[in-house]
Order: sequence, then C-alpha cells, then structure tokens
Amino acid sequence: MSQWKSIAEIATAVQSGQVKASELVEQALKTIADKAEYQAIIATLDEAARARAKTIDEHIVKGEQVGRLAGVPFIAKDNFLVFGAETTAASNILKGFNAPYQSTAVNKLEAEGAICVAKANLDAFAHGSSTENSDFFTTKNPHDMERVPGGSSGGSAASVILDMVPFALGTDTGGSIRLPASFTGAVGYKPTYGLVSRSGVVAMASSTDVIGPLTRTVEDASLVLDVMSGKDPLDSTTIEKDSKGYVISTEASAERRDPEADKRDSSASLGMTVAGKKVGVIKEYVSEGLQPGVKAVIDGAIEKLKAAGADIQELSLPSLPAALAVYYIICPAEVSSNLARYDGQKFGYSAPAAQDLETSYIRTRATGFGKEAKRRIMIGTHVLSSGYYDAYYKRAQTVRTKLINEFNQAFDKVDFLLGPTSPGVAFKIGEHVADPLQMYLTDIMTVAVNLVGVPAISIPAGTSENLPVGLQLIAPQRADRALLGFAKATEEVVSV
Amino acid sequence: MDMADLTRDDVLKLARLARLQLTDAEVTEFQKELAEILHYVEQLNDIDISGLEPTSQVTGLTNVTRDDKIADYGYDPLDLLKNVPAVENNQIRVNRMIT
Repeated sequence: MSQWKSIAEIATAVQSGQVKASELVEQALKTIADKAEYQAIIATLDEAARARAKTIDEHIVKGEQVGRLAGVPFIAKDNFLVFGAETTAASNILKGFNAPYQSTAVNKLEAEGAICVAKANLDAFAHGSSTENSDFFTTKNPHDMERVPGGSSGGSAASVILDMVPFALGTDTGGSIRLPASFTGAVGYKPTYGLVSRSGVVAMASSTDVIGPLTRTVEDASLVLDVMSGKDPLDSTTIEKDSKGYVISTEASAERRDPEADKRDSSASLGMTVAGKKVGVIKEYVSEGLQPGVKAVIDGAIEKLKAAGADIQELSLPSLPAALAVYYIICPAEVSSNLARYDGQKFGYSAPAAQDLETSYIRTRATGFGKEAKRRIMIGTHVLSSGYYDAYYKRAQTVRTKLINEFNQAFDKVDFLLGPTSPGVAFKIGEHVADPLQMYLTDIMTVAVNLVGVPAISIPAGTSENLPVGLQLIAPQRADRALLGFAKATEEVVSV
Repeated sequence: MDMADLTRDDVLKLARLARLQLTDAEVTEFQKELAEILHYVEQLNDIDISGLEPTSQVTGLTNVTRDDKIADYGYDPLDLLKNVPAVENNQIRVNRMIT
C-alpha cells in the first residue's frame, strides 16, 4: 500500500491547504533515507527542496494558485540538469558539475509546483540496461536485492516502487524507461520522439533519446506527460503537443465510458474501453526466447483483453529481429559524437598537469570515462569512419527505414501493438557484466520503438518467480493520447 | 579475416580518432569485444534494402527557424562559466594547442 495518493489528489490537497508541501518533502526525504540500502539515489536536494516547499506553502496561505502539481515531490534521473545538486550522469567525468541552467522538463514541472527532491542513479551516460555501468554503484531491485532494477533509468524506477515519491523522470533511448519499469513493476511511459524537450538532458543518441515519467499508475504518468510536453524553442526537434492534452483521469474515464462516443471519433477519443480496439500481437516478440513465466503472463494478459472485447490479431514485422543490430550501430555512432564534448576544456573533469590540448583530451577522457562509454565511443567512431560508413552506418539507417515502413503497415491494420517489454524478469547482479553483447540483448524488445520514433508504455501485468513482468503497448507516432487511454483501460483489465 | 575482425592497430587508430588513451590490456579487451559486436551487426548485410533511402530523423520536421532576435533566458553569462576549469578575463582558457 503506497503512502502516496494519486498525483492529482496530492496537488489538490496541497492547493486546498489540507497538507503542506513541506510535510510532503520531509516524507519523501525520510523514505529516501530509510531505503538507502537499495542505492537508488545519488544525491538529495534537501536544502533546495525545503526552500521551494516553504515558498509554495507561503503562496497557498496567500490564496494563490500554485499549479496542477502543487507540492508533489519527484525524483529526476541524474542526467537531467537540475539546480540544487550536482548533475553527474553517474559518470566520473561529471563529478562536481553543478548545472548552470535547468532542463526544460524540470522547469515545466516546477512551474506547476512540483518539487525535485533527489537525483537517481543510472548507467553512466544512460549506457546500459541494469545500472551496473554506473561509475558509482549498482541499484538493487526493490523486489530482490540480488537482482538489478533494469536500466538505464533503474534508480528512477526503483525510487517509485520503493515509495520515495509518486513519480520519477527517466530517459528512453533504447528502452531505458520501459525496461526498468518492467523489472520493478512500475508504469514507464516513452512518448513519441520530440514530444518532450531534451534541452538540459545529457545527450546520448540524439535521434532516439526521449524523456518520460515512471509512476505507479497510467493516470499519474498521463498528468506528468501533459505538464512536460510541448514545443520548446530550446530544442528544435520538439513537436506540437495534442491540443486536447494527455490527462487521463479516473473521473474522466467514468464519464467517457460511452462506447458510442468511441465509435464516433476513435482517433480523438481517449480510447477508455478495450472493447473493439484492434490489437496486433507481435509474432517476432512472442515466438522464441521468452522465459516461460513471462510468456504465461503475456498470454494471460492477451486472454483478459480478448475477454474484455479487444480484437486480437497476430502480426509479423519481419525486420524486427534486425532492430537490435541497427540500434547498436546507430546508437554508438551518435554517442561517439555526443560524448566528444567531454574534453576537459569547458566543464567536467580535466586531467591535471596536461601541458597541451591533445594530452588534456586523451588523459581526461581516459580517466573520466568508464568502460562502456569507451566501448560505445569506439564502435561509434569505427562505424562512422571513412571506408566503413556505408557498410555500417548508412546501411543501418536504411534498415531503419524498412522498420518504419513495417510499423506503418502494421498500424494500417491495427490500433495498437502488443508484446512483452523484456524476454525475461530482472536478472541477477553480475550475470551479464562479463559479456557486453549479452547485456545488449536485454533491449531486444524495446529498441525498435526508439528507432521508429513511436510511443510505447510498459505496464505491470503479473509476476513470474515473484518478479514483475511488464506488458508493452505501442501506438503510432503522435498517438500518445490514444495510447494512454488504451493503457489505462488495459491496466484495469490486467491488474493483479 | 573478415571486416569485423580488428587488429591491434585498428583499435589503436580508433582510440586516436576518439582521443582516448588505452592501456595495453584495454586494447586487447576492446579488440575482442568490438569484434564480437561487429560480427553481431553483420546480419544487416543479409537484408534487402534496395529502393530504400536512409532515415536520419523521425519527426519529419524541416528548417525549424526562429526570429533573428536576442532572447533573454534569464541566465547570467558569468554563471555559465562556473564549471569551466580555467577562466581568464571571463573567457574559457583552453590548453595550449601548438607545442
């Protein structure tokens, strides 16, 4: 039983003066301290959070409107630039870095009264699927301390399930919100690429990076997305948000549960019912390689959706098995470019006693970067280099086009796609660290979505060996509103 | 030897391009690991991509422009220098380039 009500209820309680923002901040900080052994958190923003809460409480007393997230505490993955604590991206190369400006996403949340209380652990620079690549420490899965929480937003997912805060921010470049959501039992939402500004978030792979929320419910995720989304002059890859917004509330769902309304204008409706929705089960995701326990949960969810009236079809996306190979060419290529800025000259670690620029570069980067960062930089440099560019990078980008076409064709036939988020449950700490390729295979079901730029969500659908199993739902580009509505209806149908 | 196998020299060349200094042990380790990853991605060679163009972005946005006017985002330029390792006359001082 969570100590937190829904985000909307918390904000209402604070706005009405029923509860003080300062109390909520103390509650969050105390829980964070109580759960320190899980190592989900890199740093807390005690002073900054308390100061913001005090200001918010003063506004409330004066009768002023604070916002839709009034007093709601949250945690940000440590690749978000936030005032009040260092921003390290869990890398030694950024230890001591204090953000001179804040990410747009955090600015938008703060404008509605939310309060950042801590920075969560991640794989360094978001390179990884378990937080084992953090230069600092590995986060423990809230359900089993010998297992990973998933990654790279492992700290964020764990912090929500450990009940520290009602929501946390993550980033998803190849599955880094959805995978930890699946491994910890949280809801993890990956929006359409461009829906949330990446300004002030440490860049990984610029053509696939997105920002999204981790929460306990779809309803909470929808509210946070609504606040964070929209065009930003500081990020020219942002797109317009839906004019109707993304808020899916329990009250709204009761009003809108009118099947006639859904039929009249299904693209604009919230899709609050499962009945009549065409859902494609991705053949390539459910054929081989699934742990039997995971398969059982997914099959069970499909049966429940059928019973609730969904029109379930099996669909093939033949290029899907190649998506991981495409991703592990494109992602390192873009990473090698984005990590070129860490050169010891402008910010971050700088090798002491380097007499010239060249020496500073190579020593700073040799000392500051961890193994995985170096690995990805090297692969990226190789696939972009003269003589290899066409064979690797250009070819990967062309297979990417093929994937996009197959997804478009699939969405001509169905409203949503469905599959597991991961072929297995949370693995044990240390299980994959010796073999980078094995670790990369964890992303097999999540990466295609990033390459194509469509939205997807992982919701808890059951357990296997007492560990959470996530169900992944995917929608066409810009269909976030419909996806959230369908996800909420699915959440109700499959809830344990 | 196929394209995915890397020699020590290949690895050292990449390290030079990426401005990374590697230990001997790291060179050996990366030689093996990078080859494994490159072998894995070779499966893309079997895919028919005739008639398709490469994708470089998924939003479909083109020529996103803004008015040529100064926008004040409320940040003090001196604050933006606070993380710079070496500052001189409010400028970023870089290491000597020519030795």
